[in-house]
Amino acid sequence: MIELSEVSYSYGDRPLLTDLSLKLAPGSFHFLTGPSGSGKTTFLKLCYLELAAQRGRIEIFGQDAAELNRDSVAKLRQRIGIVHQDCQFLDHLPVAENIALPTTVAGRSPESERENITDLISWVGLTERATARPPELSGGERQRAALARAVVMSPDLILADEPTGNVDWEMSTRLLQLLIQLNKLGKTVLVATHDLALIRQAKAQVQARVLRLRGGTVQLAGTDL
Amino acid sequence: MKEKGLTLPAKGDPNRIVPPTGITALLTVFVAGAMAYLCVFALALLFSTDRLADRWADELARTATVRISAPPEQIPAQTAAALTILEQTPGVADARALSDDEQRVLLTPWFGPDLPVETLPLPRLIEIIETPDGFDAEGLRLRLRAEVPGAVLDDHTRWRRPLIEAAERLRFLGWLSVALIGGSLAAMVTLAASAALSANARVISVLRLIGARDSYVARAFTRRFTLRTLAGAGVGTIAGMVSVALLPASDTPGAFLSGLGFAGGEWLAPLLIPLVAGAVAFGATRLAAMRRLRETR
Repeated sequence: MIELSEVSYSYGDRPLLTDLSLKLAPGSFHFLTGPSGSGKTTFLKLCYLELAAQRGRIEIFGQDAAELNRDSVAKLRQRIGIVHQDCQFLDHLPVAENIALPTTVAGRSPESERENITDLISWVGLTERATARPPELSGGERQRAALARAVVMSPDLILADEPTGNVDWEMSTRLLQLLIQLNKLGKTVLVATHDLALIRQAKAQVQARVLRLRGGTVQLAGTDL
Repeated sequence: MKEKGLTLPAKGDPNRIVPPTGITALLTVFVAGAMAYLCVFALALLFSTDRLADRWADELARTATVRISAPPEQIPAQTAAALTILEQTPGVADARALSDDEQRVLLTPWFGPDLPVETLPLPRLIEIIETPDGFDAEGLRLRLRAEVPGAVLDDHTRWRRPLIEAAERLRFLGWLSVALIGGSLAAMVTLAASAALSANARVISVLRLIGARDSYVARAFTRRFTLRTLAGAGVGTIAGMVSVALLPASDTPGAFLSGLGFAGGEWLAPLLIPLVAGAVAFGATRLAAMRRLRETR
């Protein structure tokens, strides 16, 4: 699915990730944890190719990231669902259109997607808010809408960056359940979070590996969680 | 397209992804309209100078005049002698002395219609029509000087050259105006598109993130700016054409813009302005969009 081999990334003179190697198998569930500034977001950006590795090799869906042109990157991103902490919506479009946006961009017929999108909106519990604009949503509603948009193309891989960062515990639990459901459908899930309680709750329900970023490299977390 | 509150865009429709830009949109339409309006006048200038140059060339290129200035009693004899010489001169197709009536018509703009030409000591004019090969002006001038002392040959060269030069200069200014207007339109559209692209950097970033190709994102912006420019240029062109049509005709007394305008099929040329403006806007916006996209991975 994704394989990083001796990947390094620095911001100026400050190395953030150093010789990082990691392999995410299809259908796996991973948490990526670590203190603020440890490189969680940078790691995810490398995975969805917003950043290019300065050293090492990244292989996604069997393709060498360094050899992809911009159109190939766009096509590859249609197979990755991304949930940002700040959601990144187009604020002038209603929630339903934001959720449908990846299908629009991919040139799919809105008629063929209507049922899928209606179901997705219902699945994340936003049926009553489908016509609202993103700024009118609460933090939890925005995160659920972002998750719906991330999975609308039925991606093979879901990357979530602090998806529960701005929501209360009840909403965190609800979002986690949605991610677990997706994993049980065979999707590979990688969640960057520093919310240890959430990780513990997930481990009780799903076989999740917990990766800890420390000193620029990634380690498999032990029983200390 | 609505069903249970669910609104979806048309298939692959990138129009709605760019938020409305308000004043930028109005400015683009206005600038395109103003530029198209000016361009109509520049085109009218171009066509007019073409016609003017042709007319001057036709009227002056193959004609010459001999003026007989002599005491009144000698004028008929000298005129006859000059006509004889002209008949024998190679390159002269026709030569004839102007009648009193024709001379009166020539002087009417200065002295009015009732000038008693026959009582005035006016020189006699002989009009010469040249063959396509023309005649040897210097040789003819020497022979006239020897045999008809009161004859002066004017082959119009000193009139024709500056007039043709002026027409050429006007034509160059016309082309320069069209080029400057086109360049200004491209610059303005590029500025407006760049501003819109900068204001929508987040939109571009989100679209790339969810898998939009560069061509899709660029299309959203180019379509919008091309349509705005087309609309503005269309209105400006029509307004310009109406204004040119309302200009005083060349035969209207006091018409200082005599001859500026379109004739016959030339009226079709301004209709190309909106299309060219649209193409310029498309190219300028696409370049700006692609440059901006290269900054986003």
